[in-house]
Amino acid sequence: MRTLIFRATAPYLTALMLLYSIFVLLRGHNEPGGGFIGGLIAASALAIYGIACGVSPVRRAIRYHPMAISGFGLFLGAIAGVFSLFAGVPYMTGLWVYPTVFGVELKLSTTLIFDIGVYLVVLGAITSIALALEEKERD
Amino acid sequence: MAAAERPVIDPADAFVMEAPALADWLIVAPLVIGFIFAALCLMTRKDTARQPVIAIAGLVLIFLSVAGLFVHVLVNGTVVMAMGRWLPPFGIAFVADTLGAAMALVSGIVGLATGIYALREADNTERRYGFYPFLLMMLSGVICAFLTGDIFNLYVWFEVLLLGSFGLLILGSRRDQLDGATKYAFLNLIATTLFLIAVAYVYGLFGTLNMADIARKAAVMDEVGPRLTIAALFFFAFAMKAAAFPLNFWLPASYHTPRLAVGAIFAGLLTKVGVYALLRILLTIFPADRDDLAVAIAVVAAASMLLGAIGALAQTDMRRVLGYLVISGIGIMLAGLALGSATGLSGTAFYTAHSMVVMTALYLLVGIVGAAAGTFDLHRAGGLYATAPWLAVVALILAFSVSGLPPFSGLWPKIFLVKASIDVGAWWLAAAILVSGFLTTIAIVRLFAFAFWRPANPDMRSLSLAEVPVARLGVPVLAGLCGLTVFAGLYPEPFIQVSDRIAFELMNPAGYIDAVYGPTPAATEGAVQ
Repeated sequence: MRTLIFRATAPYLTALMLLYSIFVLLRGHNEPGGGFIGGLIAASALAIYGIACGVSPVRRAIRYHPMAISGFGLFLGAIAGVFSLFAGVPYMTGLWVYPTVFGVELKLSTTLIFDIGVYLVVLGAITSIALALEEKERD
Repeated sequence: MAAAERPVIDPADAFVMEAPALADWLIVAPLVIGFIFAALCLMTRKDTARQPVIAIAGLVLIFLSVAGLFVHVLVNGTVVMAMGRWLPPFGIAFVADTLGAAMALVSGIVGLATGIYALREADNTERRYGFYPFLLMMLSGVICAFLTGDIFNLYVWFEVLLLGSFGLLILGSRRDQLDGATKYAFLNLIATTLFLIAVAYVYGLFGTLNMADIARKAAVMDEVGPRLTIAALFFFAFAMKAAAFPLNFWLPASYHTPRLAVGAIFAGLLTKVGVYALLRILLTIFPADRDDLAVAIAVVAAASMLLGAIGALAQTDMRRVLGYLVISGIGIMLAGLALGSATGLSGTAFYTAHSMVVMTALYLLVGIVGAAAGTFDLHRAGGLYATAPWLAVVALILAFSVSGLPPFSGLWPKIFLVKASIDVGAWWLAAAILVSGFLTTIAIVRLFAFAFWRPANPDMRSLSLAEVPVARLGVPVLAGLCGLTVFAGLYPEPFIQVSDRIAFELMNPAGYIDAVYGPTPAATEGAVQ
């Protein structure tokens, strides 16, 4: 899109939205948020960048094809449940560890891995659709 | 927040406390393997050389896991695993009884066979557009539908397999494919919506979605009306999925359009998921309502088998002949459900497994025949007996098998079903089974006579098998599937034992409920007496 204001602000907007999407992803376990909505926010960030600066800069910036990102998310989602095998509990049971890093207690879990998987699946799938639509518009 | 301030909670109220046996993990193995390998294929989408290797490795592992699960279920009885450790009915339970495990095993075989066949059929464009991820996702969707013990989860797996099948159906984007896919998608979505509405009614009526829990509550429910309504809705939805008459027209409109490997796995698996769901819901969950619906099911069954066979007679495209034969087979499977006796259900279980293998093999055969003859048109094909005599042998075996002629695997289940029909005096159902077998024989032998026996059409150049790319892997795969039907025909004893056990389990849903909830006092009393 050929408006100066939009093109100048889009990179900052995109960066901010991507950061915010990760915040939403991480707070999602006990509060509103999570992988799905985080992924949607991230995908709209990339869509905005695509509308402002064209599709090929987006494709260059994310390096991997959106469907490959989606595939990796699916992989994480399937793997997340398998840790239960080693803990002797049924598939998809949430397992938690509480390591202390620099004096801060972190709550890490297999649920989080699954949620990151959902985030990536949504990000990849929606970005793939959005970029395809934006490319068509240019033709 | 300090943990000590919380009230004391006994985790055993909500959680499965004992660790699952290592072998019980086989029940989720097809899901995990299918999704991981589909994800790997998706990530290596552009690498068309490496993708088939990953996909075949995944299909082999899925096959091994379902084979292991089948043996595990045969030896140790029904296997249950509650996802996320939550006790049913709150957690989603996967439950593999003999029916589910047997269907999963045959799906594993069919999936592997078509995957190998597709190595030479799916071209690089189709690989890039996700042939293998779709195949793996669809296969794990089908297998998980057989294994889940939660009715809403069954709906989810139906969605997974439908999405995979939509993808496979339109790969290639030819005009007739899109035309077929529109009908397929539209009618399947209607059926899925009806299924979902029925699930909502179930939740409203029983307050639970766990199949064993619904079965437990439905058995003690006095009101027939709401329960029968739900059972009838399920019957309607799944009969549509199974392509039973009069809701069958989407199948011949779409199955002939994609690649033959895709047609083969569709014909082998998709309609049978509908049959499985009917067996599970009308026998395990609502057995009393099955008795009320029995006459309606019998009429649908007879109409499907007869009209499927007549439809097959009218077609000139080999692939469409097979599409109608799938419908005819569905009718025969429903006959056992309508009868509801041990013999009838045993016949249905055996026939379903037989049909999955033989219909897949027939589609693969037609793939090779079409490539060798240069056409799928029965009026123009011919002369293959001269160029490919061994293929003619395979074709004849499959033709006899699908018609239910001895000495192949179609014979025994049909004998069971005819006997079960005569036992209850339903002579017209027995007659329908026999007449449809006769019509099927004519339809399939017509295909054989035109494509193989007739001298070659002078203006068509038929290739020898060495010149047909799909034949290199297709012929060994076909030989394997043929070997199965010959073996099951000549030595049916183990297959009959398994299908008798399936029939017993279906007629005694208490075993299924006890596997999920632990033996109830009443059930143990019954066992003592």
